[in-house]
Amino acid sequence: MAGIAAHRVMLLSQNQIIASNGRVLEDIPLKHFILASLVAGALALPAHAADYTIMAPAAPGGGWDQTARSLQTALQEEGISGNVQVVNVPGAGGTIGIAQFASQQKGNPNALIVGGYVMVGAILTNQSPVTLKDVTPIARLTGEYEAIVVPASSEIQSIDQLVEALKKDPGAVSWAGGSAGGTDHIAVGLLAKAAGVDPTKINYIAYSGGGEALAAILGSQVTAGVSSYGEFEAQVKAGTLRLLAVSSEERMEGVDAPTLKEAGYDVVLQNWRMVAAAPGLSDEQKAAVLADIEKLAKSPTWQETLKTKNWADTYLAGDAFDAQLAKDISATETILKDIGLVK
Amino acid sequence: MTTFEFLLQGLLSAMEPINLLYALVGVTLGTAVGVLPGIGPALTVALLLPVTYRLDPTGSLIMFAGIYYGGMYGGSTTSILLNTPGESASIVTALEGNKMARAGRGGPALATAAIGSFVAGLIATLLLAFLAPYVVQLAIKFGPREYFALMVLAFVTVSSAFGDSALRGLTSLFIGLAFSVIGIDQLTGQTRLAFGVPDLLDGIEVTTMAVAMFAIGETLYIAAQGSRGADIVEAVKGSVWMSAADWGRSWKAWLRGTMIGFPIGAMPAGGAEIGTFLSYATEKRLTKHPEEFGNGAIEGVAGPEAANNASAAGTLVPLLTLGLPTTATAAIMLAGFQQYGLQPGPLLFATNPQLVWGLIASLLIANLMLLVLNLPLIGLWVKLLTIPKPWLYAGILVFATLGTIGANPSVFELGMLLTFGLLGYAMRVFGYPIAPVIVGLILGPLAEQQLRRALAISQGDVTFLVTSPIAAGLFVVAALAFIVPLIMRIRGRGQVLTQLAASED
Repeated sequence: MAGIAAHRVMLLSQNQIIASNGRVLEDIPLKHFILASLVAGALALPAHAADYTIMAPAAPGGGWDQTARSLQTALQEEGISGNVQVVNVPGAGGTIGIAQFASQQKGNPNALIVGGYVMVGAILTNQSPVTLKDVTPIARLTGEYEAIVVPASSEIQSIDQLVEALKKDPGAVSWAGGSAGGTDHIAVGLLAKAAGVDPTKINYIAYSGGGEALAAILGSQVTAGVSSYGEFEAQVKAGTLRLLAVSSEERMEGVDAPTLKEAGYDVVLQNWRMVAAAPGLSDEQKAAVLADIEKLAKSPTWQETLKTKNWADTYLAGDAFDAQLAKDISATETILKDIGLVK
Repeated sequence: MTTFEFLLQGLLSAMEPINLLYALVGVTLGTAVGVLPGIGPALTVALLLPVTYRLDPTGSLIMFAGIYYGGMYGGSTTSILLNTPGESASIVTALEGNKMARAGRGGPALATAAIGSFVAGLIATLLLAFLAPYVVQLAIKFGPREYFALMVLAFVTVSSAFGDSALRGLTSLFIGLAFSVIGIDQLTGQTRLAFGVPDLLDGIEVTTMAVAMFAIGETLYIAAQGSRGADIVEAVKGSVWMSAADWGRSWKAWLRGTMIGFPIGAMPAGGAEIGTFLSYATEKRLTKHPEEFGNGAIEGVAGPEAANNASAAGTLVPLLTLGLPTTATAAIMLAGFQQYGLQPGPLLFATNPQLVWGLIASLLIANLMLLVLNLPLIGLWVKLLTIPKPWLYAGILVFATLGTIGANPSVFELGMLLTFGLLGYAMRVFGYPIAPVIVGLILGPLAEQQLRRALAISQGDVTFLVTSPIAAGLFVVAALAFIVPLIMRIRGRGQVLTQLAASED
């Protein structure tokens, strides 16, 4: 029983799914260890060689956590890795997680971390000493584009009218979106800049997440809303929100709205999610991780996951991803300085 | 089909043996995680999400619903018996519930919590079934100024309701408010009072603070008293069941708690805790036994527990009608919906009626199951109190510590737990109430953010705050709640005065 007790403590103390040694766990009386045995026993699979630990630098339930857990399922089902664990280290737009990851996993070829564009901004606004340079970015996996909406009852019919109002009196146009300095805020800043409006003048109302912002938009508390298209999709289809524009490069399939670029504002913004490996890997180790992730990205299980979750496949790896990442970081730094969030 | 037929059909589908089994697993798991401080229903549902990938949508959502209700219920058991709230929504339950348990009335306290949760869950689930589309229309009318007015009302009613002295209550409240400003300011993204410590960037976790102040502080207090400890815990005095008087005092509190909890749960920025605070304050004002408040008044358990469960059902209103998750658990349930390609939103009731009604029906069943599961266990639970003190409190320490580092594995978090435990001990020694600290920590940021949002939207125009009828109404109620007791006291006459004086001084 000592081993079993240890499993339970691990579950409690490290907040992770224990997927090892399922046989032992089946022997436990269910009523005593129901939580541990159900979670661990149901996920248990025979152990293989390459065992990954994926850090989700966010609380359970959010986008990064879901990405990490989907990776876990797909890596195991495709037999790429026999035993995958997910660890949540929430806090401060992922900067807490990345700091812990960079210091504790240095040189560990089996450690992965999920991250995304939000991290780029959070690192800058929090002045985090650990940046994306301190990990080994592997690949961009998926991404969402930003959407600009107004309530159906609004007088504003098009993105041009909204920008017109913004030009007339930037303060009078209130925008609801996610946290300050996040993707939504950056999108508004970029749009203002592209329209020739001083980005420091925008009246951005930060909410704790897309959901709370959505309530404010539906209740006509604000002029307009900006968030990932997925947050608004159901409302747009139901006709309670009017979609004005999206931030993709080209028109999105099945979405009846122009891109910002089409409307004449040079703004393309993707809220992407990526997977990165630990710092200090040798070239061979990095190549091995890259090969595993490439195999995953092409696998039917992952493609199926993308489809059911409605995540766009924006896979980009290797040097192309490194270049895109560098571009995103410098562009973000510029706009956050323009908005006045970063000195 | 009419709403009623849909509900019947949903009940039939939820009563299938396999779905009943899922519900049973759900409520058992939920109660278990509710009991453990730190590990909440959100985490459990997240952990189970990959497991349910292979189940059918109805089955897994039924299980999630069971976990959700079970978690809301389970938190009350440790609050009452051990003064260790498992969830932030059961903090208020500890105030009167633990006093009752120490006076040998743990049985009735647990029973009123269980039956109150059942009654509230039942009524609120039916309200969810029949009124969701209307309630949500009201809920989204709540903008920043209305929320701010609600927070002001909560501050006014709550700060006078805790403890014996208003001054000491306010002092505690301001300690909580001071801690609440630590961390990244949500509206500007700038860091406040974190002193370069990354663990403080997200502010102080409410459950860490609550567990530290209640459980660790209490343990230190008991340990410091040693064998001189005057307060002898009587495990059972009288019946473990509720007496006729208990029933008479509980039922109105259950109903009032439900009416307060449900609409607040349905508000996108509401949250279960606020409902429990307001319910406690209401019960304290309306009670015929003010002298018992602070010493174990059964209404003080019945009302907040009902409010807590009613707001759990209320949370599902925006989730099912707007696709809007307003709690962490709801957010993960949303992920569960999406896993099956379902997009909760205004069309869900129309496009997937079987699923929605199946879920609502399974909430009713989970609710009944919780009652059946927990009432017979009460006799067993109260025996916990007969465990010798050193063992009992050692066990509490282990649970509190494991739960906290389980929720956030960091040494700093553990350090905070111990530091706040010492603070809780000091406050006990000097006679300051603990609960207002937690109230300040929860309400402070909400009030601040909503006020600043309102002023940002109006571009600094203060009159904007009172020009909405809902907000103005709430401000008037808050003003009355503040002024009326003052006038009563100044006039110094009448029966009302004696009661109020007893409850406020």
